[in-house]
Amino acid sequence: MAGPAHRHPNYMAIFWWLAVLTVIEIAVIFAPFGKFTIGVLLVGLALGKASLVALYFMHLRFETRTLGAIAVTPLVIATLLVFLLLPDGFAVHHKTEVRKAAGHAAPAKH
Amino acid sequence: MSQVASAHPATAHRVVEPTETPLTPESWGKLGMWVFLVGDAVGFGVLLASYGAMRATSADWPNPYDVLGINLTAGMTFLLICSSVTMVKALEWLSKGDRNWCRLFLLFTALGGTIFVSLQAYEWGKLIREGLHIDGNPWGAALFGTSFFLVTGFHGLHVTAGVLYLIGMIRYVTNRPDPAASYNAVEIAGLYWHFVDLVWIMVFTFMYLL
Repeated sequence: MAGPAHRHPNYMAIFWWLAVLTVIEIAVIFAPFGKFTIGVLLVGLALGKASLVALYFMHLRFETRTLGAIAVTPLVIATLLVFLLLPDGFAVHHKTEVRKAAGHAAPAKH
Repeated sequence: MSQVASAHPATAHRVVEPTETPLTPESWGKLGMWVFLVGDAVGFGVLLASYGAMRATSADWPNPYDVLGINLTAGMTFLLICSSVTMVKALEWLSKGDRNWCRLFLLFTALGGTIFVSLQAYEWGKLIREGLHIDGNPWGAALFGTSFFLVTGFHGLHVTAGVLYLIGMIRYVTNRPDPAASYNAVEIAGLYWHFVDLVWIMVFTFMYLL
């Protein structure tokens, strides 16, 4: 009566999905897979859980598509940022290694 | 007629925007909360993205699983999911016109948040005693501790703010005899609370499991 009825999906079903996905997440880190596979699985499961929360608990499923697009933007920005930061990080890492190597090779230059 | 058109030729074919936003047609407040949350999400996104980049380029980053452990945090994750469910249940009760059940479930939600922050305080204390400090730790890269306390602290601050927000909402519902009068405000508070849950799902995955 106070709010639109279609806004209330089966919340308990979403709860069980979230609980099961959390258990799978914890099982995955003990699974006999490679590090990369485990990483991909964990990120995928986390995104799945986050989507369930956003779509059903935050009712994004029943909002306009534009609002959904706006909501996804931070994720896109953060993903791009990782790749923007990586070269910088590797450059620092590389420089440290070079300095270390130089220091060991010629310790008494001056 | 023609005089008006010739006076403002540029506006002749302009479509006037409706006063109601087409994004969230029934509530400006909801749009306001979404705008805030998107901005806040960029904040968390920047923190987690830089965490990932720092970790990927570090030579001696400790394995988070070995240092932090996940038994307690897995329980905390489950607790936050439960509190999200009590939040949507509070809204559902309000839509059925029952203010008392709504307030009880809002209280459960606030209680869930309080227990979460308490457990986090306990976890921090334990880790600090074991040697994990903001400026260094016995296991490797100093940035590991820095980023851990920064990200989990920023999230814990959000949970604390959320608990205060929920207590405010219990008051709000109490002061309005008509359930329909507080539905919109409770739904908006719910958006914030679920967002805090959503962020924790990400933090748990990136800082504890990976």
